[in-house]
Amino acid sequence: MSRITPEVIASHGIKPDEYKKILEILGREPNITELGIFSVMWSEHCSYKSSKKWLKTLPTKAPWVICGPGENAGVIDIGDGQAVIFKMESHNHPSFIEPYQGAATGVGGILRDVFTMGARPIANLNALRFGDPSHPKTRHLVAGVVAGIGGYGNCVGVPTVGGETNFHASYNGNILVNAMTVGLADKDRIFYSAAAGVGNPVVYVGSKTGRDGIHGATMASAEFSEDSEEKRPTVQVGDPFTEKLLIEACLELMATDAIVAIQDMGAAGLTSSSFEMASKGGLGIDMDLDAVPMREQGMSAYEIMLSESQERMLMVIKPGREDLAKAVFDKWELDFAIVGRLTDSGRMVLRRHGEVVADLPIDPLALASPEYDRPWVPPAKRSVIDAKDVEAVCPAEALKTLLACPDLASRRWIWQQYDHMVMGDTVQRPGGDAAVVRVHGSGKAVAITTDVTPRYVLADPYEGGRQAVAEAYRNLSAVGALPLAVTDNLNFGNPEKPEIMGQIVEAIRGMGQACRELDFPVVSGNVSLYNETQGTAILPTPTIGGVGLLDDVSRSATIAFKEAGSAIVLIGETKGWLGASLYLREIAGREDGAPPPVALHRERRAGELVRQLITDGQVLACHDVSDGGLLVAVAEMAMASGGHIGAALDAPSTVALHAWCFGEDQGRYVLEVGHGDLAGVLEEAAEHDTSARVIGRTGGHVISVGGRAAPVDELIAANEGWLPAYMGEEMAGH
Amino acid sequence: MKAAVIVFPGSNCDRDVAVALAASMGTKPHMVWHRDTQLPDLDLIVVPGGFSYGDYLRCGAMAAHSPIMREVKARAERGTRVLGICNGFQILTESGLLPGVLMRNKDLKFICRDVCLRVESGDTDFCRKYAAGEVVRFPIAHAEGNYFADAETVKAIEGNGQVAFRYCSPAGEVSVAANPNGSLGNIAGIYNDEKTVLGLMPHPERLAEDLLGGSDGKAMFESLVEALS
Repeated sequence: MSRITPEVIASHGIKPDEYKKILEILGREPNITELGIFSVMWSEHCSYKSSKKWLKTLPTKAPWVICGPGENAGVIDIGDGQAVIFKMESHNHPSFIEPYQGAATGVGGILRDVFTMGARPIANLNALRFGDPSHPKTRHLVAGVVAGIGGYGNCVGVPTVGGETNFHASYNGNILVNAMTVGLADKDRIFYSAAAGVGNPVVYVGSKTGRDGIHGATMASAEFSEDSEEKRPTVQVGDPFTEKLLIEACLELMATDAIVAIQDMGAAGLTSSSFEMASKGGLGIDMDLDAVPMREQGMSAYEIMLSESQERMLMVIKPGREDLAKAVFDKWELDFAIVGRLTDSGRMVLRRHGEVVADLPIDPLALASPEYDRPWVPPAKRSVIDAKDVEAVCPAEALKTLLACPDLASRRWIWQQYDHMVMGDTVQRPGGDAAVVRVHGSGKAVAITTDVTPRYVLADPYEGGRQAVAEAYRNLSAVGALPLAVTDNLNFGNPEKPEIMGQIVEAIRGMGQACRELDFPVVSGNVSLYNETQGTAILPTPTIGGVGLLDDVSRSATIAFKEAGSAIVLIGETKGWLGASLYLREIAGREDGAPPPVALHRERRAGELVRQLITDGQVLACHDVSDGGLLVAVAEMAMASGGHIGAALDAPSTVALHAWCFGEDQGRYVLEVGHGDLAGVLEEAAEHDTSARVIGRTGGHVISVGGRAAPVDELIAANEGWLPAYMGEEMAGH
Repeated sequence: MKAAVIVFPGSNCDRDVAVALAASMGTKPHMVWHRDTQLPDLDLIVVPGGFSYGDYLRCGAMAAHSPIMREVKARAERGTRVLGICNGFQILTESGLLPGVLMRNKDLKFICRDVCLRVESGDTDFCRKYAAGEVVRFPIAHAEGNYFADAETVKAIEGNGQVAFRYCSPAGEVSVAANPNGSLGNIAGIYNDEKTVLGLMPHPERLAEDLLGGSDGKAMFESLVEALS
């Protein structure tokens, strides 16, 4: 067996002080298998050692929260005895190294987190961030990631209904692939991971174990260097067909009373799943690694324990139910093996070829993982930009430029490669403010969105953290759904750098405040740190996945203008905030300035108003105002009409025209209101103490403002044209 | 009407088509597992969409040799109506119940979107509630829907009126621009020569309810119920 030298320790990503702690826990030197187990259990990816202290400050409770962070996914009550289970998770590092498989297995992993709790997955979303479009790798990464997400999700038969895609040079060496799954379960049939019942069999099901993905969790916990692509062997290979069978087999077995506990094998594979189940149940496990179904010959205990082969689950079964369980997995042609028994020793004892190859105390490993209070410095405050210091250009021209810029161009090329309709419940397809998916067999629906504006978070992590939560709240409200809870996926650079740690601390503080004030608790999440290449960090990107509920799916608003001659009503106040805006970046070529502040009490009132108006049927169309500002929002509503309904806007004289058109003031919505409803809408807004003013009329085939006009069909061509043209070059080059 | 939906490992539109059938039939169809070798008394067999056996080989090639397909073929030969949608269409061509093959889409990508189809004939059990020449909107969701057959076969199916649907513009024009996947003659769906077996790439079951954005697909299930009840 290999000797444990300082080099071996360092190559496992274990710091000298951490090794000292290992010696204390064991009272002896670990062997190589044990060292490998420590390294993955204590990796940043599995232990959250840099972020734990701050994550604890997030609000996680509400009367409708059934299960908050700590399990495989969060669980919320949606009434009628049903629960929605959801989580978002990153697969950033693998996707950069091998985009197709990295993204595909990201989807597979998050699906397992959700169905392991007893839910049938009903929707997938993906928040993607790529480098500068002109970077030589970007096109290849976009093509691979999109194909991988589609390849997995389409086959598994879960609709991919939404998400977001951004481009920025800071992601050149570290793209982000954040995958979210939402599932539906019966409230009284939710499955947890805590092992119970000494002597109960520990069962392995799903795919066989191979040598793939060994040390994936450790890789995800280090910065990239130039030779990172040599880490390709640490990326796993996905098999969506097996995942589909695993979903059906698990759900079939879950309908019986056979399962005591269940946990998917994700990062750190058999190691983290077995340790987590045992630790949560306060028990030990004796495991015979010879019984693990293996794909390759001659695998060592080290390889078996650290493999990240996909599509595998670990379960504890009730005694006497082994045959029933095996019959289900036989039907679905999946491996089923009893690999161990629960003990009361509190220790993980592993045998290979009859010999004990590891004997580790469970709690010290699972619970006593290092927790750091890393030093941090608050980010420097940026100055507020006055609109009169920003170049004013023709609004019609600026609108056309913005709609064709990489961050605002239509994502149709992406979502048309995803089956977004399978399962027959997709009520709002991609392209709106939030996806709306009917709760199968009912008149209810869940609304789902993913949001964050990384340029705001960079400019001011606290405001940016608040804004990410507020925008998710707004997108759900804009379709008429009551926002219920969020999952977060915190993507940052190297936490050992105080300025990066400052971004993490401040963004979490902002998110926490917004979640508290909006009654929008965090029920699950994931942290991805060390997103740096050669010392350059990504924009801080705390992605928020929001879930809301529509009691009556027929009362949902869409963004498309419905008829000519209706009033266009702007909800919320406009000061013309251009700092950190897309206008500033794309038109004026600057990325400076403080980001727009979020007033949470006003955000909440505006959301309540908009939901009320949609539920009462007083709104023909609704769209939140975000990237690009008011004129972009109005243009998107016109384009969504198919291009046959334009808009004529009357800008006020109190705000500079370019700031009114493109300022990114928060807390705003654009409503299309029929004439019969207008007085009622304005009255309702006054009752909610929320600003509402008529800013124009729908009609015509142009968007006109300040004496200038942009034809909607030209805007559609610009907006739809960019991404296919950009990716078309990929095809021509291959 | 008595109907069954065949379920292969990897089928993923089995529930969707069962829901659409139940809405038109008033009762639920039988769900038949791929390893079964017997079918109950039936008027209609549906081979649904999905990725049967993962489709890691040529799409539908494995499913065509599954135990249940022997019985499906025997029933089809005796005149039981068979409807294959998407992967189901691929399985029917691989089984020899329908002529031709479905190749990789011309731009090599999976495509999921609504398309317009021209109904070529309104006098079959599948389409009697449509009019010939009518334009309907169904979604497609496939990577291998590019229909191809040799010249002799094409001549035969065209001559015999076996083309069921063609991709077209909203105005009904059958053009290259309206062809999403490169199919020969814009063919989206075909019948066998007795018009008792229909295979099509688009999914009628996905737009069979106004809440989901349209209900053009519903008339196909209503046609079958009317013809076979």
